[in-house]
Amino acid sequence: MRAQRTFVKRQPQLPLPPWVRGLVITLFSISITMLGLLLVTFLIGRVMPIDPVLAVVGERASQEQYDAVFKDLGLDKPLIVQFFYYVSDVLRGDFGQSLLTARPVADDIARVFPATFELATIGILLGCILGVPLGVIAAVRRGSWIDQIARVVALVGYSMPIFWLGLMGLLLFYGILGWVGGPGRQGIFYEDMIPSVTGMILIDSALARDWGAFWDAFSHIILPASLLGYYSLAYISRMTRSFMLEQLSAEYVTTARVKGMSEWAVIWGHAFKNIRVQLITVIALSYANLLEGSVLTEIIFSWPGIGSYITTALLSADMNAVLGGTVVVGLVFICLNVFSDLLYKFFDPRSK
Amino acid sequence: MSSQASSLHAWLTSETPTSRRQARWAAVYKGWLSLKSNHMAMAGLAIIIALITVAALAPWLAPHDPFVQDLGNRLQPLGAEGHVLGTDSLGRDILSRLIYGARITLYIVALVALIAPIVGLLVGTISGYAGGWVDLVMMRITDIFLAFPRLVLALAFVAALGAGIENAVLAISLTAWPPYARMARAETLTIRGSDYISAIRLQGAGPLRIITKHIWPLCISSLIVRVTLDMAGIILAAAGLGFLGLGAQPPSPEWGAMISEGRRFLLDHWWVATMPGLAIFTVSLAFNLLGDGLRDVLDPKDSSS
Repeated sequence: MRAQRTFVKRQPQLPLPPWVRGLVITLFSISITMLGLLLVTFLIGRVMPIDPVLAVVGERASQEQYDAVFKDLGLDKPLIVQFFYYVSDVLRGDFGQSLLTARPVADDIARVFPATFELATIGILLGCILGVPLGVIAAVRRGSWIDQIARVVALVGYSMPIFWLGLMGLLLFYGILGWVGGPGRQGIFYEDMIPSVTGMILIDSALARDWGAFWDAFSHIILPASLLGYYSLAYISRMTRSFMLEQLSAEYVTTARVKGMSEWAVIWGHAFKNIRVQLITVIALSYANLLEGSVLTEIIFSWPGIGSYITTALLSADMNAVLGGTVVVGLVFICLNVFSDLLYKFFDPRSK
Repeated sequence: MSSQASSLHAWLTSETPTSRRQARWAAVYKGWLSLKSNHMAMAGLAIIIALITVAALAPWLAPHDPFVQDLGNRLQPLGAEGHVLGTDSLGRDILSRLIYGARITLYIVALVALIAPIVGLLVGTISGYAGGWVDLVMMRITDIFLAFPRLVLALAFVAALGAGIENAVLAISLTAWPPYARMARAETLTIRGSDYISAIRLQGAGPLRIITKHIWPLCISSLIVRVTLDMAGIILAAAGLGFLGLGAQPPSPEWGAMISEGRRFLLDHWWVATMPGLAIFTVSLAFNLLGDGLRDVLDPKDSSS
């Protein structure tokens, strides 16, 4: 992935400082993408074979009640007006009521999101801590046994169905060896014992200085987090390796070596420094994938996160919850992309 | 016979092709020779060919009917009499179900691998060739689809369309086309400005002819590489939807759905969920191996190993 230089025709520029213009363009592009995202979820909600009115009033309502709710939900208005209502609701953080839990979808999501966040964050940390050095070593010792191992590890990671590996992990480490806690976030003994501050049990139990609960939560999270970590490791190590190979074949590396610089300084001080920018994009992308790709992992481990929430809602035709969850996950996705773009600009001296 | 083969070899490796057809086949042959020297890719190809054969000959290869239940014989272990891979919770032969499941997997993969690249190719080349506001609008739409997390979008689509194999194919295709569109657009942009396109245009060729006859053929090789590498992802996505109960419906022997059925007996009867998982793993590994090899042959600038 070489940076491409493009020559753009010089355009008449507004009399604004460059960072303001950049900000305006970024914000504009985010809001267009957001609007598109809402349009897609809105349309999915419209083509659903489920009658939203019946979902509210129930099967036995009279025709008058039905018509009243029909009007109330704004379904008699043209589609474009309905879409406008939908957008303004979402902007106010109102995703409607969940049929399943009978609570506002926004509250439900606020409750389940920390669980997903906790799991994905530990997963990506594991993936980076192991994946980046593995990729660097594989590139430096190209063709050696460690390179071969890194290749096999990545290939297996790309080819393994995550839900199956999760089941096998549960079978081995929980069922046979008994090393880790089973499905769920906590053992029954510790359930609801910790006051919820952040919603992340590891942090909450540490804050409450309840180390028994901390270790219990740790033994529950370690297996699913390792699983997610493995999947991001496969991708991160592969990309790190190919970025590093490109740098190591560059002339400045030879120059540094000729000058008598230690191999360590050449690799970490020069070559690695130059792949940081590309690496950030890769890591942000796999983090975003963990936040959404944990759907299957959450199902396997009965992890009460946003993935389980969306799937459960889906199986019981709770459309408000499904679409609300989709919008939130999409939002997180967009934000991470923008964030990695900003970091990119920050670390890349060429864009200053 | 051998003289025929050697003359064919000479025809294919000739330095001075006398016809367009000969030049084209020679290029294919050269690619094949370099692919053949890559053992991993050949192993992948062998597995895929075996899978296609098994799927085609399923009625003759399967020892039992994959749908016939035999409750007296349920959850038989590996190597049980008449059931090499054991039986599932309804006494159905697991090996036979795996063999018939290969058909479903191939069906899904083939359909998605047709739909997504074609849609991407259309959108990308039109957008790249037309430029201007057409390009702007189409690329914005592509960006929006890229901004969606793939599995969640597929889930939402299946929710709207209803569960089933065809809808799973549609949902996966809908989430898979944007990268192809991006790629085809980038290729089109580089091709569009080249001299030979201007020459053809001066000869009076219209946009339709230029796109279909002169731009598409040049996009194909990178699309093929990308499709092969994506196939493993498609298999995993289809199995994931099946596992969630949103893809193929029971009693269909889809591999993901079989894992989901076996999940309930995991601790005592591990093989019921393990065997279909191994099948999925083997097939997607094969596609990854072949894809890596093809990339080295067709797209050497991207290869890093």
